Amino acid sequence: MSASSAFNDEKGGSSSVGEPEYGHDPASGGIFSSDYKRHDDLKEMLDSNKDSLKLEAMKRIVAMIARGKNASDLFPAVVKNVACKNIEVKKLVYVYLVRYAEEQQDLALLSISTFQRGLKDPNQLIRASALRVLSSIRVTIIVPIMMLAIKEAASDMSPYVRKTAAHAIPKLYSLDPEQKDQLIEVIEKLLADKTTLVAGSVVMAFEEVCPERIDLIHKNYRKLCNLLIDVEEWGQVVIINMLTRYARTQFLNPNINESLLEEGGSGDKTFYGSDEDEDEDEEEKEKKAEVAAMAKRKPYVMDPDHRLLLRNTKPLLQSRNAAVVMAVAQLYFHLAPKAEVGVIAKALVRLLRSHSEVQYVVLQNVATMSIKRRGMFEPYLKSFYIRSTDPTQIKVLKLEVLTNLANETNISTILREFQTYIKSMDKDFVAATIQAIGRCATNISEVRDTCLNGLVQLLSNRDELVVAESVVVIKKLLQMQPEKHSDIIKHMAKLTDNIQVPMARASILWLIGEYCEHVPKIAPDVLRKMAKSFTNEEDIVKLQIINLAAKLYLTNSKQTKLLTQYVLNLAKYDQNYDIRDRARFIRQLIVPTEKSGALSKYAKKLFLALKPAPVLESPFKDRDHFQLGSLSHLLNAKAGGYQELPDWPEAAPDPSVRNVEVKESVPEWTKCSSREKRKEKKVEKPFYTDSEGESGPTESADSESDSATGSESSSGSEESGSGSESEESKEASESEEEEEEEEEEEKKKKKKDLKKPVQESESEQSSEEEERKHQRKSKPRKSESESESDEDEESESESSQSESEDSESEAEVKKKKKLAESKPPPKPVKKESKKEKKEMSLLDLDDFEPAPSPQVTPVNTFLSNSLVTDLEGLSLSDSVLSPATIAPSSTLKSYELLHRITGEGLSVEYCFSRQPFSPDANMVAVQMQFTNNASSDTKNLHIEDVKLQSGMRVKEFPEIELLPAGETATAVMGIDFCDSTQAANFQLCTHTRKFFVSIQPPVGELMRPVFLTENEFKKEQGQLMGMNEITEKLTLDVKCRNEHTIVQRVTTAANLSRVPCGSDKECRFAGRTVTSGSLVLVTVATKEEGAAQLTVNCEKMVIGTMLVKDILQALTQ
Amino acid sequence: MNQSQGFFKDIQISCLVVGWLLSNTASIILSFRVWGGQSMTDSAPSWFFYSAEMIHSLFLINHLGDIFLEKHWKSVISRSVCDYFFEAREKAVDPENVPPVLQTPHHYLISIYRGKLFFLSVIQTEVPPLFVIEFLHRVADTFQDYFGECSESVITDNLVIVYELLEEMLDNGFPLATESNVLKEMIRPPNILRSVVNTLTGGSNVGETLPQGQLSNIPWRRAGVKYANNEAYFDVTEEIDAIVDKSGTTVSAEIQGVIEACVKLSGMPDLTMSFMNPRLLDDVSFHPCVRFRRWESERVLSFIPPDGNFTLMTYHISSQNLVAIPVYVKQSINFFEAGSCGRLDITIGPKQTMGKTVEDLKVTIHMPKAVLNANLTATQGNYTYDCTTKMLVWDIGKLNPQKLPNLRGSLSMQTGVPNPEENPSLNIDLKIQQLAISGLKVSRLDMYGEKYKPFKGVKYVTKAGKFQVRT
Repeated sequence: MSASSAFNDEKGGSSSVGEPEYGHDPASGGIFSSDYKRHDDLKEMLDSNKDSLKLEAMKRIVAMIARGKNASDLFPAVVKNVACKNIEVKKLVYVYLVRYAEEQQDLALLSISTFQRGLKDPNQLIRASALRVLSSIRVTIIVPIMMLAIKEAASDMSPYVRKTAAHAIPKLYSLDPEQKDQLIEVIEKLLADKTTLVAGSVVMAFEEVCPERIDLIHKNYRKLCNLLIDVEEWGQVVIINMLTRYARTQFLNPNINESLLEEGGSGDKTFYGSDEDEDEDEEEKEKKAEVAAMAKRKPYVMDPDHRLLLRNTKPLLQSRNAAVVMAVAQLYFHLAPKAEVGVIAKALVRLLRSHSEVQYVVLQNVATMSIKRRGMFEPYLKSFYIRSTDPTQIKVLKLEVLTNLANETNISTILREFQTYIKSMDKDFVAATIQAIGRCATNISEVRDTCLNGLVQLLSNRDELVVAESVVVIKKLLQMQPEKHSDIIKHMAKLTDNIQVPMARASILWLIGEYCEHVPKIAPDVLRKMAKSFTNEEDIVKLQIINLAAKLYLTNSKQTKLLTQYVLNLAKYDQNYDIRDRARFIRQLIVPTEKSGALSKYAKKLFLALKPAPVLESPFKDRDHFQLGSLSHLLNAKAGGYQELPDWPEAAPDPSVRNVEVKESVPEWTKCSSREKRKEKKVEKPFYTDSEGESGPTESADSESDSATGSESSSGSEESGSGSESEESKEASESEEEEEEEEEEEKKKKKKDLKKPVQESESEQSSEEEERKHQRKSKPRKSESESESDEDEESESESSQSESEDSESEAEVKKKKKLAESKPPPKPVKKESKKEKKEMSLLDLDDFEPAPSPQVTPVNTFLSNSLVTDLEGLSLSDSVLSPATIAPSSTLKSYELLHRITGEGLSVEYCFSRQPFSPDANMVAVQMQFTNNASSDTKNLHIEDVKLQSGMRVKEFPEIELLPAGETATAVMGIDFCDSTQAANFQLCTHTRKFFVSIQPPVGELMRPVFLTENEFKKEQGQLMGMNEITEKLTLDVKCRNEHTIVQRVTTAANLSRVPCGSDKECRFAGRTVTSGSLVLVTVATKEEGAAQLTVNCEKMVIGTMLVKDILQALTQ
Repeated sequence: MNQSQGFFKDIQISCLVVGWLLSNTASIILSFRVWGGQSMTDSAPSWFFYSAEMIHSLFLINHLGDIFLEKHWKSVISRSVCDYFFEAREKAVDPENVPPVLQTPHHYLISIYRGKLFFLSVIQTEVPPLFVIEFLHRVADTFQDYFGECSESVITDNLVIVYELLEEMLDNGFPLATESNVLKEMIRPPNILRSVVNTLTGGSNVGETLPQGQLSNIPWRRAGVKYANNEAYFDVTEEIDAIVDKSGTTVSAEIQGVIEACVKLSGMPDLTMSFMNPRLLDDVSFHPCVRFRRWESERVLSFIPPDGNFTLMTYHISSQNLVAIPVYVKQSINFFEAGSCGRLDITIGPKQTMGKTVEDLKVTIHMPKAVLNANLTATQGNYTYDCTTKMLVWDIGKLNPQKLPNLRGSLSMQTGVPNPEENPSLNIDLKIQQLAISGLKVSRLDMYGEKYKPFKGVKYVTKAGKFQVRT
């Protein structure tokens, strides 16, 4: 219906204001129905009091805009409705306003105050939408207002408003670039934002306003890497592209050493290496050699931040969004070490199943990549096979990739495929296939003859296009070894009668001229025929006829002198000046006259010089100097606003710029800790020597290894027996049957009961002085020590697991023994526990100032006894209790990392010290205690081969150079768990051995306390509703109904701080996750008779759920 | 009245000023192109810069070449920019062959072809082309989701909603809200009942409540979902892409699998799906709701599902693996020089069907141009030959292993035209119910976070994707 009108009046929209063409506009169709005064009508409707009429009018106006019609004359009538109460009308007015404000600046100003009011609205969504519209109105006068609004919104409480502010930045910048400096300030501020919502938008703003200010990224680099996976997909693309550029300026080329190897090994070229080397031109080689020489001096070590980026982007290859996958792929291609780039191939091949436009772009990039890194796509060769149903442009691209992938080993299969393609109905595709065959033949000498024969067969093809294309390709191939193929040349000479495609004719003529010596009889005859048809030929053919004539004249002037002159005469009067020029030039050059210059002597040399064979190369060669995945790469031309991908720096810039913490704090920390260490040692030494027998049993209690250490104690071995037993039963009962679980718990309980006497005796052994000292020293420490008991079970079972296999029967016996012996002495325990509790709760209320010494000293072991007994007392009173629930009343649990036996005398324990880890605030401090139980010294204790889940990072502790026999040392390392409870695996190395160990954090350790006021708490909680809030009802344990105990147990379970609260029925706690800084808010509201409600608000739902579980267990035991 | 006249005078003046400004900017852009080669890092004169948005304008064009909708996210770009596109469209034989990215003197045009419509976006500066393509497809998906289909008629019928959607999806050319759940909270999809009510009461299609989804960390799910029947259905669909040789050997075969979900569960359920044989899945892509780390460590899908229909994951089993081919084809197609006729004989039989029945079997052959008509007999099903498109379609239906379907007969050829050299390839369609050909099986689905017991169901279907037999 509107087919013609829409097509013809394309420009009509903007120019025609008052033309009555709307009448037959289908957009207005039924609504307008030949209403000529429709604008008056609309105005009336807009002025009316009825929202429904206004809405109707606005809908019609928006429909006009959508159709591309001009509705600007309605501006005054529309803008009045900007304050309309009806949301839909309002929205449509916004649409209109944004579209026409620029044209009607004065009137648009009338609406500004409405938005300014909106900016102050308590509802974040209204604030955001006001800012959005305000910043979309392109009126220069309001630039200062916009600037102010953006600045304000950038520090808004709501991340959504901040996101909108980030969106507004490029709008303002494009309106008034003078504001750049101020905008950069805002960007800098927003870059520091820790929410995923803002990250993508602000990086987008950064890329558009100040992409050159790479220095703004330093401080936020690690955060961006870590947030990346949670950012929305569009933001991910922008961030990844920006980080690629960033990494290119900040890190070293990871392939330096490999290129060095390649250089060195260029004598004996390997399969794929050969082509790559050839591809690099000399200059590049030199440069590389230089770099390589540098590398020789200094072995390449990847910057951990570089690694972080690679690791954190890798999971995004699984994204459903093709743009994200492509962004990661290009990042890997440009940044990853060669050996790792392979991972992207699979994901890219997967995209080939997507929409054809996606295929088109992906194949273009694959084509470029497959030149540089052929091995990467070789396994997926078959995925690039062509179907007859593919669109031609896809077919041609797939062909390109197949050609790039061809090598000696797979060429036969590829050629077989090509064979089928040649029969296709799609002639453009067939032509491309022939070219591809030609390229394979030039690149792989083994198949050159086969290809040539195949192509010659195609010369008899019925389709002229096919023949022509073959001729062109054959010509190029023949240039490589002409003498062998004189019969082919003859064959082609015959074709001149039939082939009409100019390019093919020209090619044949050139061939005959070039190799006229090989076909001395035929060549003059061809020239004769050509001379006849000269006037009817195309220009390129004419030029080649002249060429042929000249060459024949030089070699065989007897036969061809007249013919040549005839041709030159024809050419002299040709319409095309190029041909006339060429004829004149050649005549002067070859026909000796008295006037002819010095050049004619060299005519033969000029014309019949040996010409190098052409190199058939991919149009995608060297396209990778454009960032892959970019528009510029696709077009092979620099698009406006393209940011050049910088070359790798020769020397890495200072990596410390990315450290987020103030740098000075690092040395301070090391100093301090070393001092402490010394102090600690003084204390420890006498203690250790005094109580060696004691430290022995505690550990041996964990395993069956008593005999080895010689400190055999019956209780110890029993325990170990129970440990392994419980482990076994655990394994057996994985089918989650409750009964069994209960049994298991029972066993555990018994085991604990057994443990008590042992530990008690230990504590007796130790000097009381020591005890007091340590009690005074720090409270957190105490809790650390307590937790040890709990850990014992865990580590126990772990270690026993490894060893129990051969001692199962033993364990069986022991178990029986244990059953007979297990009778706990409950009374003294309870007493102690009460005392302990009181102290604890007092402490807990005001703890969390960093304790002076984070070290775990062996003294803890005896301190812990009392607490352990305390726990056991509690656990006895409960009938059903799962082993994990036994969280000590206040605690820093310590875990075993390496057992003495497995560690060959070296034992290592670790605990989460809950201290801020000063070198990197995003890390959880893990304090490790090394004890050398062996008779010889241990040297060079350090960490190696850290295997982490993506995103996680480790800051190793400084190497411990010497740990003399019987000594103990402590060290603190930092682990960024990325707010997950994934284990960090690494190797602990001594000068002789390596041990595989892993550290897994309980969820409560993934946060650090923050101080909030009651109001702040409420406000934050209000923003973390819905999904982010998890509530559980529970019945508090009888012993846990007072405030102190609750506080104590919650802070034990998680590293949170208490928030003051007016009501005594509620306990509140707050913390932030260590990596992302997401708030964790915990509320325990108590009611009658032990009923209580636990609420956890946390952005990270996984953390929230796990935390609820943990706290629930801590409170209900 | 007088007052308003005054108004108009003002407007006219400002129009003039704007016109002058516009003509000026045009020259600015021109002069800028000349300078374009210079690096962006040195500060250009302040009035001299690239407009920064990613997608500047969008045009919707039907298959006849009419622009029936335009949307500009900043200044208006004249429709004439589409002429470059129309030129390319003419050049390409069929719409599939229009290059998705075109360069014009001042702009770049990136287009997709969906449902006989072109979505043409105008770009001014460097932007990853896939970013735009992916976004345009997302727009088309959203239309499909809202209106049930993505066609010209449906879009013109819902012009205002479409416009509002575009407004929300893109802010200043940068994607803002693309999750259909978030959009649906802001702009309600049309439905007949509501439109009746709306016309009676003057109600609106715009959500009354402001959407919360955008604010949360899980934008794909809205809060407060309630269902009387809580159900979760999963469809595991696998498509076999294969190329089979003339001789019957498999040249390449891949499986493209997708798990589509329809989840109607109240509240905030947290689902965990585990597989009998997760090792099969080594190349997967997920809906953003799936917790990737959990997958990496435990090979289970753990997620808080979006409300309603969504694609949970897609997976790809590449040609490196062994892929079962459910049917074999015996065929011979010959064209004879003498008598200008041809013979065709096709038999299909079951190969690796894992004991299931093959249904909806269909063979499509794109015949060479010279084939005028086909005179065939089918032992089962019907065949049709379309003389204009040269498509021979044989609809077989269920495959009976006892009595194999056969299609044979003669083809009449155009006289005087040389015989086609190549034989056309056969495209096969089929369906096998209750089977995932890769062997994938869902072992269990657990729900956490909500008390009720949902109804759960998993369905498997294997289909032929791009299944081609060369002859």
